[in-house]
Amino acid sequence: MSTPSQLSTNADLRILQRNMAAALMQPLTRHDGLQSRTQVDFITPNDRLSGFQRLEIYARQYWFRLLDCLYDDYPALRVLLGEMRFHKLCRDYLAAHPSTSWTLRNLGSQLSAFITEPKARDVARVEWAQTLAFDEPQKKTLHIDDLLGADPSALRLGLQPCVIALRIDHAVDHFITAMKKTDADVRSGASQAMSQAPTRAAIIKAPRLKKEVLHLVIHRHENTLYFKRLTREAFLMLTALRDGLTLADAVELALAEADPTTDWPVQIRDWFAEWSQLGWFCKPSPQP
Amino acid sequence: MPANAFNGHTDLGIGLRVPHYRHILEKKPVCGWFEIISENFMVDGGRPLEVLDSILEQYRVVQHGVSMYFGNADPLNRDHVKKLKRLVKRTNTPWLSDHLCWGSVDGRCSHDLLPMPYTMSVAKHTAQKIKQASDFLEVPICVENVSSYAEFTQNEMTEWEFLNEVVEHADCGILLDVNNIYVSSENHRFDPFEYLRAMPHHRVGQIHIAGHQRFEHVILDTHDHPVPDPVWDLYAEAIRLSGNTATLLEWDDRIPSFDEVHAEALKANRYLHEHA
Ligand SMILES: [Fe+2]
Repeated sequence: MSTPSQLSTNADLRILQRNMAAALMQPLTRHDGLQSRTQVDFITPNDRLSGFQRLEIYARQYWFRLLDCLYDDYPALRVLLGEMRFHKLCRDYLAAHPSTSWTLRNLGSQLSAFITEPKARDVARVEWAQTLAFDEPQKKTLHIDDLLGADPSALRLGLQPCVIALRIDHAVDHFITAMKKTDADVRSGASQAMSQAPTRAAIIKAPRLKKEVLHLVIHRHENTLYFKRLTREAFLMLTALRDGLTLADAVELALAEADPTTDWPVQIRDWFAEWSQLGWFCKPSPQP
Repeated sequence: MPANAFNGHTDLGIGLRVPHYRHILEKKPVCGWFEIISENFMVDGGRPLEVLDSILEQYRVVQHGVSMYFGNADPLNRDHVKKLKRLVKRTNTPWLSDHLCWGSVDGRCSHDLLPMPYTMSVAKHTAQKIKQASDFLEVPICVENVSSYAEFTQNEMTEWEFLNEVVEHADCGILLDVNNIYVSSENHRFDPFEYLRAMPHHRVGQIHIAGHQRFEHVILDTHDHPVPDPVWDLYAEAIRLSGNTATLLEWDDRIPSFDEVHAEALKANRYLHEHA
């Protein structure tokens, strides 16, 4: 819709803002410019810049800011894909999923679902989980003593929102750890760069990302993020509890195909002792 | 709004930024107050809130926001203002600031501080939203003038006339960013001193000072340099007109050591003694 020449109502203001937002959020050209067919009749030129050039400043600012945010939040994905592929992915993603949140923290919330390639998708899932684990709430923790004497067929537990359990097909935890180590080596070698213009650190050579079925927990403990690998049974149990099953049902589900020669009651007690010590349990959300 | 809504907070502050967390928590430097970016702490847990609580034990904190977008045609975002109110209760901020700008439409967010079209109908709409926010948050609001790089063909008045209309209708305060006035005055070729003289001085609750970067055809508001002389000149005039006012140095990119930022902020004292 063409922009009204006078803004006398809120509806007029909305049309102006829609048209300007559409101009800024459309993909930039290959040379990071504004698309030449963009309507700019609502911007006045000045003695140095045309309306098109003035709007272009905002378009570039929009794209660079959002790309920068994905660069910050997905360093491992960038290493895995390499600069060119990562950059293209980010641009395609942002064109398909403009930010709908007031906080840039949520910018990558749809990224893993957008990616079709399995390795990259797994890395994106883990990096999004790290974002969640960083600042999701840590509710009042339930301790193992709070559970003693409870009836397993009625007992439900909640999992802390800052504890994220993922089943993935690649050893992303080792990939990220290896990457951080290399990255730290590179950075410490160039540590006096403080007074220089900030430039994105050169991309490091990607460590190998092995195919391996993983039951991974990404969690925060005393404000530091950790990875923890679980066995299949432990993972099934934890996620069943997270999803609202009673303790008795969670045990049944977790052990449905388990090795009968293992002493499961002892195993389960050990898991609970550890998870409870890590503060992973909280009161469950009310059942729908 | 009478100026005394901001009384008792007239010293120098520094923007609280991540690279300085450790220094501040360990060394506990003397500093009048810290300005925090509200959005960085509108989370439900983790290190940001732990750091904030430690800072609050030692220092006064004033909240500055970047995403309330009073100028959006869309209504205020309920999720956002509710979270903001929780933070206001935590920090006990004496006032709260955000920008006179727009930034999202139909739920799509630019994460930028986009310029307003200067018309009377837009001024009234914007003022109404500032009032709504202030009533809901139960804290005085100061709106900040932004740097801009473009102007709309629909404009009916100057930026300072628009700012006046907004704050009079909203009965709110002003966070006067003298660097932004300078940047916009160069980009749009107006006299920044005329802008300053046109301000309702009793409404100026806070002043921002910062640095910028000059390119061939435009000046960008980058907050990555010391405060340049023309901005200090505007600051001197601003405090001569508004009196001693809470002043904050913004340094957001290529951030040097805390001591360097602090030293730059303290330069404002010289002007406060001479001009206020
Ligand atoms: Fe500012």
